[in-house]
Amino acid sequence: MDARMRRGLEIVAVLAVACIFGYAAWVGLAVAPPDREMGDVQRIMYAHVPMVQMMLLAGTILFVCSVLYLFRASWKTDALAEASAELALVFGAIGTTLGAIWGRPTWGVFWAWDPRLTTVAILLVALAGYMALRRFVDDPERRAVWAAVTAIVIAVDVPIIYFSVKWWKSLHQVQSNPRTVDPQMVHALRWNITAFFLLFIVFLVARYRIALAARMREITVPEAGPHAREAVAS
Amino acid sequence: MRRPGLLASTWVLFRKDLLVEWRSRSRINALVFFSLATLLLFSFALGPDTALLRRNAGGYLWLALLLSSVLALGESFRVERENAALEGLRLIPVDARAIFLSKGLANAVLLVALGVLLVPVLVALLDVHLVLPWPRLFGLTVLGCLAIAAPGTLYGAIASHARARDVLLPLLLFPVLIPALVAAAKGTALAFEGDPMEQFHSWVSLLASFDILYWGLGVVLFPRVIEE
Repeated sequence: MDARMRRGLEIVAVLAVACIFGYAAWVGLAVAPPDREMGDVQRIMYAHVPMVQMMLLAGTILFVCSVLYLFRASWKTDALAEASAELALVFGAIGTTLGAIWGRPTWGVFWAWDPRLTTVAILLVALAGYMALRRFVDDPERRAVWAAVTAIVIAVDVPIIYFSVKWWKSLHQVQSNPRTVDPQMVHALRWNITAFFLLFIVFLVARYRIALAARMREITVPEAGPHAREAVAS
Repeated sequence: MRRPGLLASTWVLFRKDLLVEWRSRSRINALVFFSLATLLLFSFALGPDTALLRRNAGGYLWLALLLSSVLALGESFRVERENAALEGLRLIPVDARAIFLSKGLANAVLLVALGVLLVPVLVALLDVHLVLPWPRLFGLTVLGCLAIAAPGTLYGAIASHARARDVLLPLLLFPVLIPALVAAAKGTALAFEGDPMEQFHSWVSLLASFDILYWGLGVVLFPRVIEE
Protein backbone atom coordinates (compact mmCIF):
# COMPACT_ATOMS: atom_id res chain seq x y z
CA MET A 1 0.00 0.00 0.00
CA ASP A 2 1.48 3.36 -0.94
CA ALA A 3 1.70 6.33 1.41
CA ARG A 4 -1.09 8.36 -0.22
CA MET A 5 -3.62 5.56 -0.05
CA ARG A 6 -2.69 4.93 3.55
CA ARG A 7 -3.08 8.59 4.38
CA GLY A 8 -6.51 8.58 2.72
CA LEU A 9 -7.61 5.53 4.70
CA GLU A 10 -6.46 7.21 7.89
CA ILE A 11 -8.50 10.32 7.14
CA VAL A 12 -11.58 8.19 6.39
CA ALA A 13 -11.10 6.27 9.64
CA VAL A 14 -10.75 9.45 11.70
CA LEU A 15 -13.84 10.97 10.04
CA ALA A 16 -15.81 7.77 10.75
CA VAL A 17 -14.78 7.90 14.42
CA ALA A 18 -15.81 11.59 14.54
CA CYS A 19 -19.25 10.70 13.10
CA ILE A 20 -19.78 7.87 15.59
CA PHE A 21 -18.65 10.19 18.37
CA GLY A 22 -21.10 12.86 17.27
CA TYR A 23 -23.97 10.35 17.07
CA ALA A 24 -23.12 8.94 20.50
CA ALA A 25 -23.07 12.43 22.01
CA TRP A 26 -26.48 13.17 20.44
CA VAL A 27 -27.96 9.91 21.78
CA GLY A 28 -26.56 10.64 25.23
CA LEU A 29 -27.63 14.29 25.34
CA ALA A 30 -30.96 14.25 23.49
CA VAL A 31 -32.38 10.76 22.94
CA ALA A 32 -31.83 9.03 26.28
CA PRO A 33 -34.35 10.06 28.97
CA PRO A 34 -33.21 12.14 31.95
CA ASP A 35 -32.82 10.25 35.22
CA ARG A 36 -35.87 10.30 37.52
CA GLU A 37 -33.85 11.35 40.59
CA MET A 38 -30.84 13.15 39.16
CA GLY A 39 -32.33 14.73 36.04
CA ASP A 40 -29.99 15.86 33.28
CA VAL A 41 -26.90 15.70 35.51
CA GLN A 42 -27.01 11.93 35.06
CA ARG A 43 -26.02 12.37 31.40
CA ILE A 44 -22.47 12.98 32.61
CA MET A 45 -22.38 9.21 33.11
CA TYR A 46 -22.27 8.69 29.33
CA ALA A 47 -18.84 10.34 29.24
CA HIS A 48 -17.62 9.54 32.76
CA VAL A 49 -18.05 5.75 32.59
CA PRO A 50 -16.40 5.27 29.15
CA MET A 51 -13.48 7.57 29.99
CA VAL A 52 -12.68 5.80 33.23
CA GLN A 53 -13.04 2.46 31.45
CA MET A 54 -10.52 3.64 28.87
CA MET A 55 -8.21 4.64 31.75
CA LEU A 56 -8.40 1.07 33.07
CA LEU A 57 -7.87 -0.31 29.57
CA ALA A 58 -4.84 1.93 29.07
CA GLY A 59 -3.48 0.87 32.46
CA THR A 60 -3.85 -2.78 31.44
CA ILE A 61 -2.07 -2.16 28.12
CA LEU A 62 0.69 -0.34 30.03
CA PHE A 63 1.13 -3.31 32.35
CA VAL A 64 1.17 -5.90 29.54
CA CYS A 65 3.66 -3.86 27.45
CA SER A 66 5.94 -3.34 30.46
CA VAL A 67 6.01 -7.07 31.30
CA LEU A 68 6.63 -7.91 27.64
CA TYR A 69 9.44 -5.37 27.47
CA LEU A 70 11.23 -6.92 30.44
CA PHE A 71 11.01 -10.37 28.84
CA ARG A 72 12.01 -9.25 25.37
CA ALA A 73 13.28 -5.72 24.82
CA SER A 74 11.63 -3.97 21.87
CA TRP A 75 11.17 -0.29 21.07
CA LYS A 76 7.63 -1.05 19.97
CA THR A 77 6.42 -2.24 23.36
CA ASP A 78 8.29 0.66 24.99
CA ALA A 79 6.60 3.19 22.70
CA LEU A 80 3.18 1.59 23.24
CA ALA A 81 3.75 1.70 27.01
CA GLU A 82 4.56 5.41 26.83
CA ALA A 83 1.48 6.09 24.71
CA SER A 84 -0.88 4.12 26.97
CA ALA A 85 0.51 5.73 30.14
CA GLU A 86 -0.18 9.18 28.77
CA LEU A 87 -3.67 8.20 27.64
CA ALA A 88 -4.44 6.63 31.02
CA LEU A 89 -3.47 9.91 32.65
CA VAL A 90 -5.52 12.06 30.26
CA PHE A 91 -8.66 9.89 30.19
CA GLY A 92 -8.44 9.28 33.93
CA ALA A 93 -8.02 12.96 34.77
CA ILE A 94 -10.93 14.09 32.58
CA GLY A 95 -13.12 11.17 33.66
CA THR A 96 -12.45 11.93 37.31
CA THR A 97 -13.16 15.63 36.81
CA LEU A 98 -16.50 14.74 35.16
CA GLY A 99 -17.23 12.45 38.12
CA ALA A 100 -16.50 15.32 40.49
CA ILE A 101 -18.87 17.64 38.59
CA TRP A 102 -21.55 14.94 38.83
CA GLY A 103 -20.72 14.37 42.50
CA ARG A 104 -21.35 17.95 43.59
CA PRO A 105 -25.13 17.97 42.96
CA THR A 106 -25.56 14.24 43.66
CA TRP A 107 -23.36 13.53 46.69
CA GLY A 108 -23.12 17.17 47.81
CA VAL A 109 -19.32 17.26 47.44
CA PHE A 110 -16.86 17.34 44.56
CA TRP A 111 -14.51 14.91 46.22
CA ALA A 112 -14.78 12.33 48.99
CA TRP A 113 -12.10 10.02 50.35
CA ASP A 114 -13.97 6.95 49.20
CA PRO A 115 -11.79 3.91 48.27
CA ARG A 116 -12.64 4.15 44.55
CA LEU A 117 -11.75 7.84 44.36
CA THR A 118 -8.63 7.38 46.48
CA THR A 119 -7.28 4.52 44.37
CA VAL A 120 -7.93 6.44 41.15
CA ALA A 121 -6.15 9.49 42.60
CA ILE A 122 -3.18 7.28 43.51
CA LEU A 123 -3.04 5.93 39.95
CA LEU A 124 -3.13 9.41 38.41
CA VAL A 125 -0.40 10.82 40.67
CA ALA A 126 1.73 7.70 40.14
CA LEU A 127 1.32 8.03 36.36
CA ALA A 128 2.50 11.63 36.60
CA GLY A 129 5.61 10.30 38.37
CA TYR A 130 6.04 7.75 35.59
CA MET A 131 5.89 10.49 32.94
CA ALA A 132 8.47 12.48 34.94
CA LEU A 133 10.77 9.45 35.10
CA ARG A 134 10.61 9.11 31.33
CA ARG A 135 11.72 12.71 30.94
CA PHE A 136 14.50 12.55 33.54
CA VAL A 137 16.43 9.59 32.08
CA ASP A 138 18.46 10.28 28.95
CA ASP A 139 19.69 6.81 27.98
CA PRO A 140 16.78 5.26 26.02
CA GLU A 141 17.53 1.67 27.03
CA ARG A 142 17.81 2.40 30.74
CA ARG A 143 14.75 4.62 30.50
CA ALA A 144 12.75 1.80 28.94
CA VAL A 145 13.75 -0.75 31.60
CA TRP A 146 13.18 1.59 34.53
CA ALA A 147 9.90 2.82 33.12
CA ALA A 148 8.75 -0.79 32.71
CA VAL A 149 9.67 -1.61 36.32
CA THR A 150 7.88 1.51 37.56
CA ALA A 151 4.82 0.75 35.45
CA ILE A 152 4.51 -2.76 36.89
CA VAL A 153 4.64 -1.36 40.42
CA ILE A 154 2.00 1.24 39.52
CA ALA A 155 -0.26 -1.19 37.64
CA VAL A 156 -0.92 -3.12 40.88
CA ASP A 157 -3.44 -0.34 41.50
CA VAL A 158 -5.53 -1.07 38.36
CA PRO A 159 -7.33 -4.23 39.58
CA ILE A 160 -7.72 -2.61 43.01
CA ILE A 161 -9.56 0.32 41.35
CA TYR A 162 -11.88 -2.07 39.53
CA PHE A 163 -12.71 -4.18 42.57
CA SER A 164 -12.65 -1.33 45.13
CA VAL A 165 -16.38 -0.72 44.80
CA LYS A 166 -17.15 -4.41 45.33
CA TRP A 167 -14.73 -4.94 48.23
CA TRP A 168 -15.48 -1.85 50.34
CA LYS A 169 -19.02 -0.89 49.21
CA SER A 170 -18.51 2.77 50.05
CA LEU A 171 -19.91 5.96 48.52
CA HIS A 172 -19.21 5.23 44.84
CA GLN A 173 -21.77 2.84 43.34
CA VAL A 174 -20.78 -0.58 42.01
CA GLN A 175 -20.66 -1.40 38.30
CA SER A 176 -24.15 -1.54 36.75
CA ASN A 177 -25.21 -4.17 34.27
CA PRO A 178 -27.74 -4.00 31.43
CA ARG A 179 -30.42 -5.79 33.50
CA THR A 180 -30.49 -3.04 36.14
CA VAL A 181 -30.49 -0.09 33.72
CA ASP A 182 -33.26 1.26 31.49
CA PRO A 183 -32.83 -0.07 27.88
CA GLN A 184 -32.70 3.46 26.43
CA MET A 185 -29.89 4.37 28.79
CA VAL A 186 -28.08 1.11 27.99
CA HIS A 187 -28.35 2.03 24.30
CA ALA A 188 -26.82 5.48 24.89
CA LEU A 189 -24.11 4.12 27.14
CA ARG A 190 -23.14 1.41 24.65
CA TRP A 191 -22.84 3.93 21.83
CA ASN A 192 -20.70 6.19 24.00
CA ILE A 193 -18.46 3.34 25.14
CA THR A 194 -17.94 2.41 21.48
CA ALA A 195 -17.24 6.02 20.53
CA PHE A 196 -14.76 6.59 23.33
CA PHE A 197 -13.10 3.27 22.59
CA LEU A 198 -12.58 4.24 18.95
CA LEU A 199 -11.32 7.67 20.01
CA PHE A 200 -8.95 5.96 22.39
CA ILE A 201 -7.62 3.73 19.61
CA VAL A 202 -7.07 6.76 17.34
CA PHE A 203 -5.16 8.59 20.08
CA LEU A 204 -3.22 5.46 20.99
CA VAL A 205 -2.08 4.81 17.43
CA ALA A 206 -1.12 8.45 16.89
CA ARG A 207 0.77 8.72 20.17
CA TYR A 208 2.45 5.35 19.61
CA ARG A 209 3.76 6.52 16.23
CA ILE A 210 5.15 9.73 17.73
CA ALA A 211 6.82 7.81 20.56
CA LEU A 212 8.31 5.25 18.20
CA ALA A 213 9.58 7.96 15.82
CA ALA A 214 11.12 9.87 18.73
CA ARG A 215 12.83 6.68 19.92
CA MET A 216 14.16 5.88 16.47
CA ARG A 217 15.60 9.36 16.18
CA GLU A 218 17.16 9.05 19.63
CA ILE A 219 18.99 5.83 18.84
CA THR A 220 20.04 6.75 15.29
CA VAL A 221 21.06 10.39 15.91
CA PRO A 222 21.68 10.69 19.68
CA GLU A 223 23.04 14.25 19.28
CA ALA A 224 19.67 15.41 17.97
CA GLY A 225 17.75 14.08 20.98
CA PRO A 226 15.65 16.27 23.28
CA HIS A 227 18.45 16.61 25.82
CA ALA A 228 21.28 17.13 23.35
CA ARG A 229 21.99 20.69 24.39
CA GLU A 230 22.24 19.76 28.07
CA ALA A 231 24.56 16.88 27.24
CA VAL A 232 26.87 19.26 25.39
CA ALA A 233 26.74 21.78 28.23
CA SER A 234 27.68 19.28 30.96
CA MET B 1 34.28 -22.51 44.03
CA ARG B 2 30.74 -22.76 45.34
CA ARG B 3 28.81 -19.50 45.22
CA PRO B 4 27.17 -18.48 48.49
CA GLY B 5 23.38 -18.80 48.65
CA LEU B 6 20.89 -15.95 48.54
CA LEU B 7 20.41 -15.79 52.30
CA ALA B 8 24.12 -15.99 53.07
CA SER B 9 25.01 -13.17 50.69
CA THR B 10 22.04 -11.10 51.90
CA TRP B 11 23.29 -11.46 55.48
CA VAL B 12 26.85 -10.46 54.56
CA LEU B 13 25.68 -7.43 52.56
CA PHE B 14 23.21 -6.45 55.28
CA ARG B 15 26.04 -6.42 57.83
CA LYS B 16 28.20 -4.45 55.38
CA ASP B 17 25.45 -1.82 54.96
CA LEU B 18 24.97 -1.45 58.70
CA LEU B 19 28.73 -1.32 59.24
CA VAL B 20 29.17 1.44 56.64
CA GLU B 21 26.35 3.28 58.38
CA TRP B 22 27.85 2.77 61.83
CA ARG B 23 31.38 3.83 60.81
CA SER B 24 30.28 7.32 59.83
CA ARG B 25 26.95 7.68 61.66
CA SER B 26 26.46 10.84 59.60
CA ARG B 27 23.25 9.63 57.98
CA ILE B 28 21.55 8.56 61.20
CA ASN B 29 22.54 11.84 62.90
CA ALA B 30 21.15 13.89 60.06
CA LEU B 31 17.96 11.80 60.00
CA VAL B 32 17.36 12.17 63.74
CA PHE B 33 17.62 15.95 63.61
CA PHE B 34 15.63 16.19 60.40
CA SER B 35 12.75 14.13 61.77
CA LEU B 36 12.75 16.00 65.09
CA ALA B 37 12.62 19.28 63.18
CA THR B 38 9.71 17.91 61.11
CA LEU B 39 7.76 16.98 64.24
CA LEU B 40 8.37 20.44 65.70
CA LEU B 41 7.27 22.08 62.45
CA PHE B 42 3.97 20.17 62.51
CA SER B 43 3.29 21.44 66.01
CA PHE B 44 4.15 25.02 65.07
CA ALA B 45 2.19 24.95 61.83
CA LEU B 46 -0.99 23.85 63.63
CA GLY B 47 -0.67 26.06 66.68
CA PRO B 48 -0.96 25.10 70.32
CA ASP B 49 -4.19 23.08 70.08
CA THR B 50 -3.13 20.15 72.28
CA ALA B 51 -6.17 17.99 71.61
CA LEU B 52 -5.79 18.34 67.84
CA LEU B 53 -2.05 17.62 67.97
CA ARG B 54 -2.64 14.55 70.12
CA ARG B 55 -5.31 13.23 67.77
CA ASN B 56 -3.04 13.63 64.75
CA ALA B 57 0.10 12.27 66.41
CA GLY B 58 0.03 9.02 64.40
CA GLY B 59 -0.07 10.94 61.15
CA TYR B 60 2.83 13.19 62.22
CA LEU B 61 4.95 10.20 63.19
CA TRP B 62 4.52 8.58 59.78
CA LEU B 63 4.91 11.80 57.82
CA ALA B 64 8.17 12.47 59.68
CA LEU B 65 9.33 8.91 58.91
CA LEU B 66 8.26 9.20 55.27
CA LEU B 67 10.05 12.52 54.70
CA SER B 68 13.17 11.21 56.46
CA SER B 69 13.03 8.03 54.40
CA VAL B 70 13.48 10.03 51.19
CA LEU B 71 16.75 11.41 52.58
CA ALA B 72 17.81 8.00 53.88
CA LEU B 73 17.09 6.19 50.60
CA GLY B 74 18.88 8.78 48.50
CA GLU B 75 21.94 8.57 50.77
CA SER B 76 21.96 4.77 50.78
CA PHE B 77 22.48 4.73 47.01
CA ARG B 78 24.85 7.72 46.94
CA VAL B 79 27.24 5.60 49.01
CA GLU B 80 27.07 2.88 46.37
CA ARG B 81 27.49 5.24 43.44
CA GLU B 82 30.67 6.81 44.80
CA ASN B 83 33.72 4.75 43.82
CA ALA B 84 31.38 2.62 41.68
CA ALA B 85 30.78 0.33 44.66
CA LEU B 86 27.60 -1.11 43.14
CA GLU B 87 29.47 -2.13 39.98
CA GLY B 88 32.11 -3.75 42.18
CA LEU B 89 29.48 -5.75 44.02
CA ARG B 90 27.91 -6.93 40.78
CA LEU B 91 31.29 -8.01 39.40
CA ILE B 92 32.03 -10.28 42.38
CA PRO B 93 29.33 -11.44 41.28
CA VAL B 94 26.68 -11.03 43.95
CA ASP B 95 23.07 -12.09 43.34
CA ALA B 96 21.23 -8.82 42.58
CA ARG B 97 18.30 -10.01 44.69
CA ALA B 98 20.65 -10.17 47.67
CA ILE B 99 21.61 -6.53 47.06
CA PHE B 100 17.93 -5.58 47.09
CA LEU B 101 17.11 -7.59 50.22
CA SER B 102 20.13 -6.30 52.15
CA LYS B 103 19.64 -2.66 51.13
CA GLY B 104 15.93 -2.83 51.84
CA LEU B 105 16.43 -4.46 55.23
CA ALA B 106 19.18 -2.02 56.20
CA ASN B 107 16.95 0.91 55.25
CA ALA B 108 14.05 -0.62 57.17
CA VAL B 109 16.25 -1.13 60.27
CA LEU B 110 17.33 2.50 60.10
CA LEU B 111 13.72 3.69 59.84
CA VAL B 112 12.59 1.43 62.70
CA ALA B 113 15.38 2.85 64.87
CA LEU B 114 14.19 6.34 63.95
CA GLY B 115 10.57 5.41 64.73
CA VAL B 116 11.52 3.96 68.13
CA LEU B 117 13.32 7.22 68.87
CA LEU B 118 10.42 9.42 67.73
CA VAL B 119 7.66 7.76 69.77
CA PRO B 120 9.03 8.96 73.16
CA VAL B 121 9.45 12.41 71.62
CA LEU B 122 5.78 12.35 70.60
CA VAL B 123 4.85 11.30 74.13
CA ALA B 124 6.81 14.23 75.58
CA LEU B 125 5.98 16.84 72.95
CA LEU B 126 2.34 16.13 72.14
CA ASP B 127 1.30 14.46 75.39
CA VAL B 128 0.10 11.23 73.77
CA HIS B 129 -0.36 8.04 75.78
CA LEU B 130 0.30 4.56 74.57
CA VAL B 131 -3.01 2.77 75.14
CA LEU B 132 -2.34 -0.53 73.37
CA PRO B 133 0.57 -2.67 74.65
CA TRP B 134 3.88 -1.42 73.19
CA PRO B 135 4.82 -4.61 71.26
CA ARG B 136 1.82 -4.04 69.00
CA LEU B 137 2.94 -0.50 68.13
CA PHE B 138 6.47 -1.81 67.63
CA GLY B 139 5.23 -4.54 65.29
CA LEU B 140 3.21 -1.97 63.35
CA THR B 141 6.28 0.28 63.09
CA VAL B 142 8.36 -2.63 61.75
CA LEU B 143 5.71 -3.47 59.14
CA GLY B 144 5.32 0.20 58.18
CA CYS B 145 9.07 0.72 57.78
CA LEU B 146 9.34 -2.46 55.70
CA ALA B 147 6.54 -1.04 53.54
CA ILE B 148 8.49 2.18 52.97
CA ALA B 149 11.78 0.34 52.41
CA ALA B 150 10.71 -2.08 49.64
CA PRO B 151 9.44 0.34 46.96
CA GLY B 152 11.87 2.92 48.36
CA THR B 153 14.90 0.76 47.64
CA LEU B 154 13.63 -0.12 44.18
CA TYR B 155 12.94 3.52 43.29
CA GLY B 156 16.07 4.74 45.12
CA ALA B 157 18.18 2.65 42.76
CA ILE B 158 16.35 4.08 39.74
CA ALA B 159 16.41 7.69 40.91
CA SER B 160 20.08 7.60 41.91
CA HIS B 161 21.07 7.25 38.24
CA ALA B 162 18.60 9.74 36.77
CA ARG B 163 18.83 13.49 36.37
CA ALA B 164 17.07 15.51 39.07
CA ARG B 165 17.20 12.50 41.39
CA ASP B 166 16.05 14.42 44.46
CA VAL B 167 12.84 15.38 42.70
CA LEU B 168 12.25 12.02 41.09
CA LEU B 169 12.38 9.79 44.17
CA PRO B 170 9.46 11.41 46.05
CA LEU B 171 7.50 11.75 42.79
CA LEU B 172 7.73 8.01 42.23
CA LEU B 173 7.60 6.85 45.84
CA PHE B 174 4.89 8.90 47.55
CA PRO B 175 1.89 7.84 45.41
CA VAL B 176 2.74 4.16 45.78
CA LEU B 177 3.11 4.52 49.54
CA ILE B 178 -0.29 6.13 50.17
CA PRO B 179 -2.05 2.87 51.23
CA ALA B 180 0.83 2.00 53.58
CA LEU B 181 0.83 5.53 54.99
CA VAL B 182 -2.92 5.38 55.64
CA ALA B 183 -2.68 1.98 57.33
CA ALA B 184 0.35 2.85 59.45
CA ALA B 185 -1.02 6.24 60.53
CA LYS B 186 -4.45 4.80 61.41
CA GLY B 187 -2.90 1.90 63.29
CA THR B 188 -0.64 4.23 65.24
CA ALA B 189 -3.55 6.53 66.03
CA LEU B 190 -5.45 3.51 67.39
CA ALA B 191 -2.42 2.55 69.51
CA PHE B 192 -2.40 6.07 70.99
CA GLU B 193 -6.13 6.67 71.30
CA GLY B 194 -7.38 3.19 72.12
CA ASP B 195 -9.08 0.65 69.89
CA PRO B 196 -12.66 0.04 71.06
CA MET B 197 -13.79 -1.34 67.68
CA GLU B 198 -10.90 -3.83 67.30
CA GLN B 199 -9.81 -2.26 63.98
CA PHE B 200 -6.08 -2.53 64.70
CA HIS B 201 -5.81 -5.98 63.13
CA SER B 202 -7.32 -4.98 59.80
CA TRP B 203 -4.77 -2.17 59.41
CA VAL B 204 -1.96 -4.53 60.35
CA SER B 205 -3.09 -7.07 57.75
CA LEU B 206 -3.35 -4.33 55.10
CA LEU B 207 0.24 -3.34 55.88
CA ALA B 208 1.37 -6.97 55.86
CA SER B 209 -0.17 -7.64 52.45
CA PHE B 210 1.40 -4.42 51.13
CA ASP B 211 4.77 -5.68 52.42
CA ILE B 212 4.42 -9.11 50.85
CA LEU B 213 3.36 -7.62 47.50
CA TYR B 214 6.10 -4.98 47.24
CA TRP B 215 8.94 -7.08 48.65
CA GLY B 216 8.00 -9.77 46.13
CA LEU B 217 7.89 -7.26 43.27
CA GLY B 218 11.19 -5.77 44.43
CA VAL B 219 12.97 -9.13 44.47
CA VAL B 220 11.70 -9.90 40.96
CA LEU B 221 12.28 -6.45 39.41
CA PHE B 222 15.41 -5.12 41.15
CA PRO B 223 17.91 -7.24 39.15
CA ARG B 224 16.61 -5.60 35.97
CA VAL B 225 16.97 -2.12 37.48
CA ILE B 226 20.70 -2.34 38.22
CA GLU B 227 21.80 -4.30 35.16
CA GLU B 228 23.92 -2.46 32.61
